[in-house]
Amino acid sequence: MTTDGWPLWEVFVRSRRGLSHTHAGSLHAPDAEMALRNARDLYTRRMEGVSIWVVPSTAITASSPDEKDPFFEPSADKPYRHPTFYEIPDGVKHL
Amino acid sequence: MTTGTAETTATEGMTASQAALEAVFDAAVAADERIEPRDWMPDAYRAGLVRQIAQHAHSEIIGMQPEANWITRAPSLRRKAILMAKVQDEAGHGLYLYSAAETLGTSRDELLDKLHSGRQKYSSIFNYPTLTWADVGAIGWLVDGAAITNQVPLCRCSYGPYARAMVRVCKEESFHQRQGYEALLALSRGTEAQHAMAQDAVDRWWWPSLMMFGPPDDESTHSAQAMAWKIKRHSNDELRQRFVDIAAPQAESLGLTLPDPDLKWNEERGHYDFGPIDWDEFWNVLKGNGPCNEQRLSKRRKAHEDGAWVREAAAAYAGKHDGRHGNDNHGRDDAHGRHDEQHTHTHGEAGA
Ligand SMILES: [Fe+2]
Ligand SMILES: [Fe+2]
Repeated sequence: MTTDGWPLWEVFVRSRRGLSHTHAGSLHAPDAEMALRNARDLYTRRMEGVSIWVVPSTAITASSPDEKDPFFEPSADKPYRHPTFYEIPDGVKHL
Repeated sequence: MTTGTAETTATEGMTASQAALEAVFDAAVAADERIEPRDWMPDAYRAGLVRQIAQHAHSEIIGMQPEANWITRAPSLRRKAILMAKVQDEAGHGLYLYSAAETLGTSRDELLDKLHSGRQKYSSIFNYPTLTWADVGAIGWLVDGAAITNQVPLCRCSYGPYARAMVRVCKEESFHQRQGYEALLALSRGTEAQHAMAQDAVDRWWWPSLMMFGPPDDESTHSAQAMAWKIKRHSNDELRQRFVDIAAPQAESLGLTLPDPDLKWNEERGHYDFGPIDWDEFWNVLKGNGPCNEQRLSKRRKAHEDGAWVREAAAAYAGKHDGRHGNDNHGRDDAHGRHDEQHTHTHGEAGA
């Protein structure tokens, strides 16, 4: 018997209160409960986290790997969304 | 398969679009950007990484054995707790690395299979026995020390998941080396018999530790290509020299000597000179004739077989409760259907 039938889980760890969960890595486990336990042993042996999410890898929908994909184009040509786009006279404060 | 052959084949059959993909890949490597799992990469890059990461993962889990051998006989509860934590870390390192390998399209089961059938190797250092308690100290100081020297530059490896696994591993390794050094120091400063035991362990582990960096540069088959692809950042000989330079003064502070009459500081080079390495021994151990090759592999196979019923039971339990966890949809509506093409797959690092 192999672990082939064991799904892959993506593990997200919140390192401390006030921060969001961050992707830590992945692991195999037969079910969600075991995935959580394995994640605790694998990714938080040194108090690296106060909260863990496990998500079946197959449940993740990802954008195309190509960063130059037209998918991201709408944001590429809009420099006016950044504060540095605007010219403000010297001496104007708190802006 | 050598990387050379694969490359030639790839070049000959290359279409225009493949050339464009390769150009994007080369540019990313040249710009010191990371290659991520779903990027296009040359077949030989992928194969070379799988080979290296698998061997690294196997070394982590086989490496648990020589030290675990002393857990029940650790000289104090403190040392026992430390050793258990260290051996558990090595299991973790193996898992990080198997995950990294899986992002390249292989599976952990496949890799374990290759380890168990002897088709993939692990570091030959773990084919030496741990004869006394002092060996645990010597392993922590020298073997983990050599591993750190090897692994620190791998944190900047061009393949993202491997580099990230190495960052995690390196953070944990420094405790491994320090606990070993401390254990050896306690022995070295102890009774005459304890001091002799520490010296004996260092005498036995020093040369195999130097071999951990692999064959000399002019005999290393995979090195040049791995350096060009920025999988490796430094040559075997460079890293070996770096390790010797670090370890020699550490031995002095321990009050122990290193078993090399040629070891001495070379003012001109700014490095320690050291004597010739017995490469025949290295190749012989690698071929399977070391003192513990047989024992390590059969113990690993047995552990895997003995664990089969646990894996089966866990899978059966999960199957029984599938309806409960499996298909409830708690996802928010706006998280779905944003992109026509759905990319779901089972090799990890999905969106990375
Ligand atoms: Fe390790
Ligand atoms: Fe270690």
